[in-house]
Amino acid sequence: MTEPLIVCDRLCVDLGGAKVLDGLSLSVHEGDFLAVLGPNGGGKTTLLKVVLGLVRPTSGSVTVFGKEPGCAAGRIGYVPQRLDFDRSFPISAMEVVLMGRLSRKKLFQRYGRQDRQKALEALETTGLASLAQRRIGALSGGELQRALIARALAGEPELLLLDEPTASVDPDMKTTIYDLLDQLKKSHTIVLVTHDTGTIARHVSRIACLNCTLDMHEPGSTLGRSALDSLYGYPVDVVEHRAPRSHETYPDHRHA
Amino acid sequence: MWSSIALLAATKPIRITAMPDILHFEFMRNAFLAAILSSVACGIIGAYVVVRRLGFISGGIAHTAFGGIGLSYYLGLNPLAGIIPFSLAAAIGIGLLSRKARIAEDTAIGAFWAAGMSVGVILIGLTPGYAPNLFSYLFGNILTVPNSDLQLILLLDLLIIAVVWLFDKEFVAISFDEEYARISGLKTLALDLVMLCLIALTVVIMVRIVGIVMVIALLTIPAAIARSFSQSLYRMMATGILLAGLFSIAGLWLSWIFNLASGATIILVAALVFLVNALLRAGKARQTAC
Repeated sequence: MTEPLIVCDRLCVDLGGAKVLDGLSLSVHEGDFLAVLGPNGGGKTTLLKVVLGLVRPTSGSVTVFGKEPGCAAGRIGYVPQRLDFDRSFPISAMEVVLMGRLSRKKLFQRYGRQDRQKALEALETTGLASLAQRRIGALSGGELQRALIARALAGEPELLLLDEPTASVDPDMKTTIYDLLDQLKKSHTIVLVTHDTGTIARHVSRIACLNCTLDMHEPGSTLGRSALDSLYGYPVDVVEHRAPRSHETYPDHRHA
Repeated sequence: MWSSIALLAATKPIRITAMPDILHFEFMRNAFLAAILSSVACGIIGAYVVVRRLGFISGGIAHTAFGGIGLSYYLGLNPLAGIIPFSLAAAIGIGLLSRKARIAEDTAIGAFWAAGMSVGVILIGLTPGYAPNLFSYLFGNILTVPNSDLQLILLLDLLIIAVVWLFDKEFVAISFDEEYARISGLKTLALDLVMLCLIALTVVIMVRIVGIVMVIALLTIPAAIARSFSQSLYRMMATGILLAGLFSIAGLWLSWIFNLASGATIILVAALVFLVNALLRAGKARQTAC
């Protein structure tokens, strides 16, 4: 078996004195499609930021592609949660997507034909090719979200980290984004932070329930009402985790 | 506006001069050249100042530079010899304090702003005799720009253009999404400091034209108007340069005709156009809302 892309070992993170992640151990392997569920403040976004090298662990260790977080910039595509960009910023969708090529360019090196080609392909994949020259402020929430996914794809990453990509879009667009992810999971390892407890199980290979500590759910198991209620602290949709259509399983990574 | 000018011309003996006549005088030629050359730096750096909301930090850098003016007076040097190091030190100091030392940015700006002014006031007080040109550094005097300063402005323009061209994609990235730039492996703090230093150099140029107190207006107004018409950051810069040039030349010309302070007239022209543009846009937004 190949080395996992992400390994967290007894990871603890304190932010401003509060424990956000407490003793989290987790590994993500090539071809995984991992969904991270959990209440707000449960450390989902923090986990992504640790993997990206934006937040340092207080204790425990994290390796990403076998290295320290932040050292594998070119191999990770990140789709941030916030859509509160300055909408009046004079920049086109194409220019935003080109930023995905940053990690592959040296300082002072300008975007070339290949970068434009990759950016355009990413825009086509996300169905935004016709809006490439549109100013970012003129895009809808769903279009902007797909532009951010395109930006992540333009860097040709092996690992995609998505932070609630469906949080601020209408149900129709949600389906579009999940269809896109179904397509992307064939060629990418994906970690998806989400609140879509109802629909997520049909798409992903594993589910991690994160509320400072971790509860791991492998294919075939049912994430019952009691488990989810105790996770969220209030009633939520039951997640029934059937084996998805195509994935590799790693039953040896179960954490209680 | 033209009818009011004609009215004034009829009631008071005012020199209404055609443009070419103004240019007979060397100081006016220099003034126009200074206006055009400074607009280049203003339009380019103003775009970053507006999209990144660096207006207040620019004001802090400009006012800290007053300490440099005081030091030059005290040591009997060319004021620019003091303004350049002081403004660069302010840029780096405020940048590092607010980004590294967990001090709120406006606190760091306020401290530098007032400390710089204080240093200037004390050093000027310690200098024997009256400081005759002090007023022109606070409020600008475009009519006294010597040839040597024009050359310096041209040099700084070229430097700014070169750095912006080199850091093109990095500056766009940190301006639009700093977190993503950092994830992509960019040294965002260093890039940030480079950008703040460019603002400092622009301040050096603008002190000659409109003075320390009014620098912020020319850094923000042309770029802010340009943003509403621009599809990309580069068009915003180009439009900003054009607008800054127009405001400077129009202000200079009006100040010549009505015998007003040149720097203040330039700012008022810019502010007036800004106000009209803002009102027109507000009206348009209301129309589409109904």
